[in-house]
Amino acid sequence: MSDATATVGRPLAARPIAWRLATVVDVVPETPWARTLVFDVPGWPGHRAGQHVDVRLTAEDGYQAQRSYSIASAPEEARIALTVERLEDGEVSPYLTGELRVGDRLELRGPIGGYFVWEAAPGAPLLLVGGGSGIVPLMAMVRHRAAALATASVAARHGMPARLLYSARGWDEVIYRDELARLSDGDPTLEVALTLTRESPQAWTGFRRRIDRMMLAEVAWPPPERPLIYVCGPTPLVESVASALVELGHDPSRVKTERFGPTGERA
Amino acid sequence: MNDRTNASEERAAGAERVADALRLDGNAAAGLLSEIFVPDVTAARATCAHCGVDRPVGALLLYAHGMGVVVRCPSCDGVVLRATRTSARVWLDLTGATRIGIPIAAPPA
Amino acid sequence: MSEPFISRGFRGRRRTEAGAGPLPPGQYATRDFPVLSAGPTQHTSLAEWDFTIGGAGGRTARWTWDEFQSLPRETITTDIHCVTKWSKLGTVWEGVSVDTLLAEAAGHGIEPLPYVLALCDGGYTTNLPLADVTGGKAWVALRYEGAPLAPEHGGPARLLVPHLYFWKSAKWVRQLRVMEHDEAGFWESLGYHNYGDPWREQRYAGDE
Repeated sequence: MSDATATVGRPLAARPIAWRLATVVDVVPETPWARTLVFDVPGWPGHRAGQHVDVRLTAEDGYQAQRSYSIASAPEEARIALTVERLEDGEVSPYLTGELRVGDRLELRGPIGGYFVWEAAPGAPLLLVGGGSGIVPLMAMVRHRAAALATASVAARHGMPARLLYSARGWDEVIYRDELARLSDGDPTLEVALTLTRESPQAWTGFRRRIDRMMLAEVAWPPPERPLIYVCGPTPLVESVASALVELGHDPSRVKTERFGPTGERA
Repeated sequence: MNDRTNASEERAAGAERVADALRLDGNAAAGLLSEIFVPDVTAARATCAHCGVDRPVGALLLYAHGMGVVVRCPSCDGVVLRATRTSARVWLDLTGATRIGIPIAAPPA
Repeated sequence: MSEPFISRGFRGRRRTEAGAGPLPPGQYATRDFPVLSAGPTQHTSLAEWDFTIGGAGGRTARWTWDEFQSLPRETITTDIHCVTKWSKLGTVWEGVSVDTLLAEAAGHGIEPLPYVLALCDGGYTTNLPLADVTGGKAWVALRYEGAPLAPEHGGPARLLVPHLYFWKSAKWVRQLRVMEHDEAGFWESLGYHNYGDPWREQRYAGDE
């Protein structure tokens, strides 16, 4: 009879990550600037919500560019999806949001990352704070939570409540807008708050400014609830939100960050 | 002297904003490190050799340099880890970390 | 997968290749000037800044910012080549020739030695043969494109050694130390070529 709790000799979590050729099977427009690419990836080992892939593109003259993109799809889904936002002076995003079409293939490797990941488990509220394309890995977490709780009891849902605070420049730039509304309408334990920083519709009753300490104090659980917190988006947003959360009294070890750099396109 | 100092301070504040915006975190090193380590290292804890603070690698600051990855301690800015990928090898300098602790996989459900 | 897969329709950033002009092998020309850094941007105030030439026996020659301003300057128009394959043509700098600094340092008893190590705010280092920073090949640059060198591009002063890959043109340089023995700098100690001649495509240790 083996001892199920023995730790001696157990291998470390392991799988070398190889470049694979993925085929685009679907392209879904999200906003005028962003679209979701759905891939069929032979031999895909599965992933955890929050992880990313590296994408490598090679031009005919051999020139290469490589970027990282967060996986938007839940681990429960059959295919992996990436949501890419087009950056004006970008090199890779215009190709992925413009030229690439169903049937095309590209090289990617993954899943990558073990720090900025969340697995549905009871015991702690979940706070997700994102700006711009930082919503992508957070959406994987929201989708994973929805899938994990699909057949769960009301009590189970309440054991793992979630709140998302999402900053976008305008109503048209809110990625997954309809899906977020549908998910939160159908689940009282998921709350979604949007803040529109540059322009908002006339009847808008939500926040209209950059995420600040006051907004976080309003939206976040009080520190004694010890939420697990994930913050993702452009570096300045991530750093100011993370500082504000710590100032509000949240345990820094429960605040995980993923910086996307100045514009959000990850190098 | 005042004008020059003020101008240089303004430039410094502007530069700090540029640098701040460019900064990433250990997550961005995960792809390159996956060529050296089989388990994910961003979830590993690293103890900074300069100031002794212990943090997950994913929580360290990464400066995006096209020549390689330089991961620094948020407390003291000391280099904890550096890595490059040249034509023949992936190089890793871990002298900035006194130790690394990689999590053991959870048992299968 | 040994050969990368060509992505249909991918062109990448606008670029001209080697062969279309005076570019070293494997380089592409760009109009950008990307900020690449191994650490936080340094911001030493001009009041604290000084520049030193260091020699054997701890001898030093030192200039404050004001003293440095009174040294003769040159304008340099040159191409620069980054090991990440980007070249920028016709960049214009203004700086003090390293020859000038070494000549003054000789007056302080600092004798030339075959190797040089550049030391910078923030801890970056790079090494070069003395022969590659003398004879009009290297400067401590203070201005770029007609303006004071911005901190994110190495200001207030950076080394400029355009005949080698640009990682040798160390940002935030504070000291050049002449040495008997060569000592690998930040990137040289992590797989990059010790010398770095773009025309012989010496990117990595072991190349050519």
